[in-house]
Amino acid sequence: MSILARVRALLGEDAVLPGPEGPPRIAPASPDGVALLLATAHEEGWRVRVEGAGSWMPTDAPADLALTTRRLDKIPAIEPQDLTATAEAGVGCDLLRQQLADRGVWLALDPPGIGGRTLGSVVATAASGPLRQGFGPVRDHLLGVTFVTGDGRFVQGGGRVMKNVAGYDLTRLQAGAFGGFGVIVLVHLRLRALPRADVTYALEGARDDLCRVGSDVISAGIAPAALELLSPTLARRERWTLAVRLAGSAALVSAEEHALRSATGGVFSPLRAEEAHAFWTHAAEGIATAPVTFRLGGLADSTEELLDLLQHQLGDERVSASPGIGAVRWAGEAAADRLRWLRRALAGLEVPLTLERAPWVLRAAVGHFGAYREGVGPLVAGLRETFDPHAQLVVALEGDAGDG
Amino acid sequence: MIDTALARSLSRIVGASHVRAGQGERVAYAADGLPTHRRLPALVVLPGTRDEVIAVVRLLAQADVPFVPRGAGTGLSGGALASGDAVLLVLTRLNRIVSLDPSNRRAVVEPGVVNVRLSAAAGRHGLHYAPDPSSQSACTIGGNVAENAGGPHCLKYGVTSNHVLALEVVLSDGRVVQLGSPAGEPWGPDLVGVFVGSEGNFGVATRITVRLTPVPVTIRTLLADFMSLRAAGEAVTAVIASGIVPAALEMMDRSCIQAVEDSVYAAGYPRDAAAVLLAELDGSRDAAVEEEAQEVERLLRGAGARSVRTAVDARERERLWQGRKKAFGAMGRLSRDLVVQDAVVPRTALPDVLERIAAIAAHYQLVVSNVFHAGDGNLHPNISFDATDAALTERVERASTEIMEACIAAGGTITGEHGVGLDKLRYMPLVFDGDSLAAMHAVRHVFDPHERVNPGKVIPVHACREWAGRARRPNAKVPA
Repeated sequence: MSILARVRALLGEDAVLPGPEGPPRIAPASPDGVALLLATAHEEGWRVRVEGAGSWMPTDAPADLALTTRRLDKIPAIEPQDLTATAEAGVGCDLLRQQLADRGVWLALDPPGIGGRTLGSVVATAASGPLRQGFGPVRDHLLGVTFVTGDGRFVQGGGRVMKNVAGYDLTRLQAGAFGGFGVIVLVHLRLRALPRADVTYALEGARDDLCRVGSDVISAGIAPAALELLSPTLARRERWTLAVRLAGSAALVSAEEHALRSATGGVFSPLRAEEAHAFWTHAAEGIATAPVTFRLGGLADSTEELLDLLQHQLGDERVSASPGIGAVRWAGEAAADRLRWLRRALAGLEVPLTLERAPWVLRAAVGHFGAYREGVGPLVAGLRETFDPHAQLVVALEGDAGDG
Repeated sequence: MIDTALARSLSRIVGASHVRAGQGERVAYAADGLPTHRRLPALVVLPGTRDEVIAVVRLLAQADVPFVPRGAGTGLSGGALASGDAVLLVLTRLNRIVSLDPSNRRAVVEPGVVNVRLSAAAGRHGLHYAPDPSSQSACTIGGNVAENAGGPHCLKYGVTSNHVLALEVVLSDGRVVQLGSPAGEPWGPDLVGVFVGSEGNFGVATRITVRLTPVPVTIRTLLADFMSLRAAGEAVTAVIASGIVPAALEMMDRSCIQAVEDSVYAAGYPRDAAAVLLAELDGSRDAAVEEEAQEVERLLRGAGARSVRTAVDARERERLWQGRKKAFGAMGRLSRDLVVQDAVVPRTALPDVLERIAAIAAHYQLVVSNVFHAGDGNLHPNISFDATDAALTERVERASTEIMEACIAAGGTITGEHGVGLDKLRYMPLVFDGDSLAAMHAVRHVFDPHERVNPGKVIPVHACREWAGRARRPNAKVPA
């Protein structure tokens, strides 16, 4: 029996999505369907590529079938009074955001990419955006996940309460594992109340000058929701732009606006609400217009050095950086050799480079993470073996041997 | 049993004065902060440096002797106990703050650094280490990492895992691995994330890089009292749902209030109240904090608070907090033994769960005192009893189980910050199915294939389903 016939018998005709080329694309309608499909793939030795909406990671990894989570689009629970929600992995972030807003709550994540990017993709890639300045990385927004292993077993990590130390933290292990440890099907989220006030200020200037202004903002004790330095292309402005987003109660935002003026001499200009929305949306979407995206985890005082390095090695047309915490995201075109060189240079600075998005050929060559530090490789390999014993899931965590 | 040759070898590594072999010396390490579990370690070893830790662990690996890492022993799950075939590896001598980087708000510490000492050192730069367990004046950062410790101010600032960026870890065979990066971006999958809270099962953290947080400029501390637990629980829901994130939102019930007020830690709590809520607002902008404090006061009164009092100065604030932080100690007045429970429920479930706990206490004729992190839904129902009374102890066991079941039925879990250790092993199958437990067990095998570090804790192996990954290798211990 062909793969298609087997899948149709397992999950029904409507689970098979039409597509002109590539392996069969299967869209289970439930987590149980995902488990059934993966258990069968495990038995049959099928290699499986996992996709969300197909808007972020190129859907080009070689596989016997593609499993898309796009029909796992339910939001079983939104609890505004508990500030929690439970959503399936295939829910689009824009839909989730809207449904949360309708209930007065907010998931303080603004990942790069288009609005329809799935929640599972955001968790699997741990791709936070400018709001990481004020609200932390993706892992800080997760209360629990349910995932399906490569051999079709459900595993639960965490739960849906605010604190949880029962057992090991498999939730954080899933955040940023790029699907190497299983397929995320359900996510329990930590929410916040929608901020009563939410304003964005922008300042254009020379990149290094803006970095220093960013430092001044932090030194003044201002706690912005976002403090992001954007290249002209991403900001859609003539020059580099430093954007400060202040969110919270009206009194807090008012006090922070005053402090911002005092600390910077009133050089920032406020954006109207619709301008601010367009500004941040374009910054997120602009990242996804280039074929390759990676992030660097630097320290706050290394931001200028990292930006210089990127400028000299790869160019800086699409760069977004949080100078308050040292995180940098780059998008553009990059060859494997150049990325390997950059990784080696960054390793000397103790800065990891995580490849967030690239064609399969590049992912396979350099991996999402590249070479691990001494002793870490066997641990990651052991975890891969634990959660995907026959390596059914097509993921390039390390890249080819010899990658540095 | 540990043979004398091994003990001599350990003495050569750490010095004879740092190996405790006598019965009287070992008894001091037979329990942690939870009095209901006791185990006498075969030997107690106190290395003084990272290199000594590595050498000790390698020697124990060669001898195939299990060991248990331990900090100050303030844990509340029986997690840091070693049985008679295991060595207790006490890390309190590794107590250096290795570096402090104010500009990047980072510190690197050894595991034996006492929590409050790190905040004191960082305070000179206007920073502090935010997780603040009630035992912070004694507990160590290494222990906090093992347990993913919380504390009252974790409501706003997050628990230990939100503040640990990188780790140097000695694995069970003595290999050393560096996990994470100074900025917190994982160097690969988030192995720091899975290590924090692993209760010592994955190895020994010898260097810990933590995030530091600015000390708030402005603080308002409010004490509200209620004539019913339900009203106090509903007040918590009202505050959380308002969108204001207090730095802390703590609750104490009448039994706890009276124990505190009868003790040297008396804080001026109203003795006749059914419950008090201690709410703290903080931030860098006075006007904003003041407005939020006023809003919280309005919400508390709206939920039925009989009175709301705001601390007028730092002294009064410290007094209010002293009562809360020393409440466990004050409960020592109630009886000779205390079961300190730890569970978490959705915040909206607090009123119902508190009533259920009261009903369970009444049914078993037990004194249960509640003092807990209400803003997180993190309950600590504490049962006072006399462990020499076997019948009473049996009732305590049954009541504890029913309390856990009630919390799980409400959508909660069995521990929010104390860990599983020995104490909660039996409850793990209530929250995780066999596959999830087996997956955790298999993850443990990745770090510690021979289960040599802190054996017998966290995962009830008998409840694990067979696993297809590493745990099924011929030489591995297979879950039953």
